[in-house]
Amino acid sequence: MDRPLYISHYSKIENGRISVDGNAIFHTDEAQFFAFIKQAFKNQQIDYSKFYKMDNLSKLAFLAAEVLLNEEEDKEDIALVLSNKSASLDTDVKYQGSIQDAANFFPSPAVFVYTLANICGGEIGIRHGMKSEHVFFVSDEFDAVTIFNYATYLIKSLKAKKVLCGWVELFEENYKAVLYLVEERGTALHTTDTINKLVKN
Amino acid sequence: MNCVTPLGLDLHSNWIALLEENTGIDMHTIGYFENIYTAKIKNLPTVRSDLTYLETMLYLALEPLVKLKNLDTKTGFILSTTKGNIDFLSEGKSEEAQLNKLAVKLAHLFGFITQPIVISHACVSGLLAVSVAKRLIQMGQFDEVFVLAGDKVSEFVLSGFGAFQAMSANPCKPFDLNRDGVTLGEAAGAILVTKSDENALVEIVGEGAINDANHISGPSRTGEGLYQSISSALKEAGIAASAIDFISAHGTATPYNDEMEAIAFSRLGMHKIPINSLKGYYGHTLGASGLLELIISIQSLQNNKLLPTKGFNLKGTSKDVNIVTQAMDIPLTYILKTASGFGGSNCAAILKKMNG
Amino acid sequence: MEELKEELKGKIIEVLNLEDISVADIDDSDALFGDGLGLDSIDALELIVLLDKEYGIKLSDPKQGKSIFESVNTMADYIAKNRTK
Repeated sequence: MDRPLYISHYSKIENGRISVDGNAIFHTDEAQFFAFIKQAFKNQQIDYSKFYKMDNLSKLAFLAAEVLLNEEEDKEDIALVLSNKSASLDTDVKYQGSIQDAANFFPSPAVFVYTLANICGGEIGIRHGMKSEHVFFVSDEFDAVTIFNYATYLIKSLKAKKVLCGWVELFEENYKAVLYLVEERGTALHTTDTINKLVKN
Repeated sequence: MNCVTPLGLDLHSNWIALLEENTGIDMHTIGYFENIYTAKIKNLPTVRSDLTYLETMLYLALEPLVKLKNLDTKTGFILSTTKGNIDFLSEGKSEEAQLNKLAVKLAHLFGFITQPIVISHACVSGLLAVSVAKRLIQMGQFDEVFVLAGDKVSEFVLSGFGAFQAMSANPCKPFDLNRDGVTLGEAAGAILVTKSDENALVEIVGEGAINDANHISGPSRTGEGLYQSISSALKEAGIAASAIDFISAHGTATPYNDEMEAIAFSRLGMHKIPINSLKGYYGHTLGASGLLELIISIQSLQNNKLLPTKGFNLKGTSKDVNIVTQAMDIPLTYILKTASGFGGSNCAAILKKMNG
Repeated sequence: MEELKEELKGKIIEVLNLEDISVADIDDSDALFGDGLGLDSIDALELIVLLDKEYGIKLSDPKQGKSIFESVNTMADYIAKNRTK
């Protein structure tokens, strides 16, 4: 029960820059999120046309998970613990636009489905075959204590072998994703301090 | 535990109404939608002028539980909702629609010292929130957690389910041959999860929340995620599937969902265990549904009484399931509550009656 | 009719976010679902919205969609016969 857990790898997407374990793998000066994420996706040469159907939050979360997990094996037992501040508000606002005017009332099912925060986790799950524990938390700032305890519980209770945790926030042009993988092997000790520094820096 | 629904503004009145087999589903006009069936609360009282409609529902659900308690640094507060105060968007107020803002407002109102935790995980939110409460207590983060769940009927969600062709023109018919979609509803529920077994009604003996990893809107055709969630809960509880006395299913009355559930239960050999869905009484109350239905199921467990599945007439799934069709008095010890939702999400929790 | 088909292809690509596909890539008789363009259930629902929004056609029974959305040919035929705008 008392064996320590570690963070084996992490990824970040922020300010037009993508990094894995602190090493930049893609950078552009493109200011608009939509154009940036498309460029980044093409740069990774991923064959997955469903990407283009996703909302912006899912694209962000998907790519952050993709660069982190593409070398992982046995992904079925990796649990997913995601959090952010704005839930699906970015897409909620877009969807509201389609029903705001009674004379022009055409709600889009393809937009509506993304008006739930956990869908971005579902997209990651589908891509990597993660038939595992999933949860989505919403908080003003990254809640390191809760996320730490929850991830630790999942591994210690044998409900997951590894846990992909992190922060995937997007509202309009403000975005930031930090994902990290918790498991029994790794370089940095899994503590609330470590994950706070990782996510908030 | 307590709940606020179209059948009553507290648990007692809800239970009385359920025993009389009343339904909260009725014809309403909501914005663009004229004369549609929904389960909407009538005559919600104004308790404070600074609360929105949803906040009033949530307040009424939690207030009786909180008022007698001393809230300290080991007391947690979890709010579960899918869309929160989504109506603010039609006024262009996106900041006000933030889920966390709603949670912080309620936390201040009730005097919680710890930061609120918000779970927004589609239609499993309410049940998953109870799992999360249990897990965080097991990790020593809290000694007790107040779990509050709520969603209201909004034009936002109605239009979305409409666009998905997932809404029934009639009151919903869970597991029935002629089921053709959901009826949306609104409710709030509140429950206290504690470390101590003093005065406890039930013990949470096992739970799991495994994703299908199959499709973002359609349920898995094999019921894989639900099957695994229940298996995980049974394993933790250390009991066989046959030990379960009653299942409170999700039973939304869409063709795909109910079929998926029947397949999952059948794969687990649970086809003879009495099953009901409460959607015929409350409609689909989204982020509240898992918690509301858990609360009513605990009430069933306490009273050794099963409620019939309102709206069900004819067997309508490819696999046999034992749908409860009339009120039954039977001794109950273990019950299973399940939920499934968009994003491939599933959740299962097994409760054991105290001293049962 | 040819004009309608071209217009329809453009709109399908746009509303379904078919990023790597151009109008020229879609044959009039290509299957839209299954092995053809590989559309899924949410795409089918989105096509129902497209019929309503662009051509004023309401499909009350989603099962009707199956034959209508077989290909660009069948869709264009149906629109030509039933459009109200």
